Amino acid sequence: MTMMSTAPVEVERPRSEEDLRPDRPWLTIVWNDPINLMSYVTYVFQTVFGYSKHKAEKLMLDVHHKGRAVVSNGTREEMEHDVQTLHAYGLWATVRQDV
Amino acid sequence: MSTGFRRSRRGLRITLSADETMIIRTLMEQLLEILGELPRGDPGLAELGISENREAPRDPVLARLFPDGYRDDAEAAVEFRRYTESALRDGKREAAEMVLATVREPGDITLDDDQARAWLRALNDVRLALGTRLEITEESYERMDDLDWDDPKFPMYSMYDWLTFLQESLVRAMN
Repeated sequence: MTMMSTAPVEVERPRSEEDLRPDRPWLTIVWNDPINLMSYVTYVFQTVFGYSKHKAEKLMLDVHHKGRAVVSNGTREEMEHDVQTLHAYGLWATVRQDV
Repeated sequence: MSTGFRRSRRGLRITLSADETMIIRTLMEQLLEILGELPRGDPGLAELGISENREAPRDPVLARLFPDGYRDDAEAAVEFRRYTESALRDGKREAAEMVLATVREPGDITLDDDQARAWLRALNDVRLALGTRLEITEESYERMDDLDWDDPKFPMYSMYDWLTFLQESLVRAMN
């Protein structure tokens, strides 16, 4: 095994066909759960993404009423970073490519 | 029962009774124990922040605290876990330890913003753990009202309820 820094995650990952189509952005999705407080989820969206209170509340209500919401989009690496951050706050978040 | 958190000029203030102090300390210590149960894998890799755990933990509480990063791509979920799980665990430990460091004895506590952010995350993790054990659903609040005093789950429900109140008061005071 070679020594690795934390960076070469991408080198290691087997590329699937999907990755070759850069026109489809990657998404961070937050799923509804019955434990996280609505006020806390709004606070997390404001803190993590710098969204206005209005936008953060709208996204929180989407999660609450529709069961999930896309909270950010960008490259795969950026979305993995967002999901990692949201997990640190205890939110239930996943990455997927836009369809 | 305390009045929750309030913003003062010096920071976020709360007054905790002896019972409340003991409950918070016990729950944070239990959270640290739960986090310690996550298998660490190869120590050399762990030092580099790489975990060898391939699947979400079987225990529902650990699975909720360390969720999959991908829902429909098992391979990507494994890779994501390998590279994020250790840091996630360390962050959760630090937050719980920060709470323990600020609640040593009953009385007045004043938190600065960094401490308050750690409190929020640790309170949330404790609620996730307790709520998962209690199998909390969107309808649980009605069930809680119907619960008898002598129901064996009553103390856990009232603790969960109090933590919810505490976290809510902290979010509001921080805004």
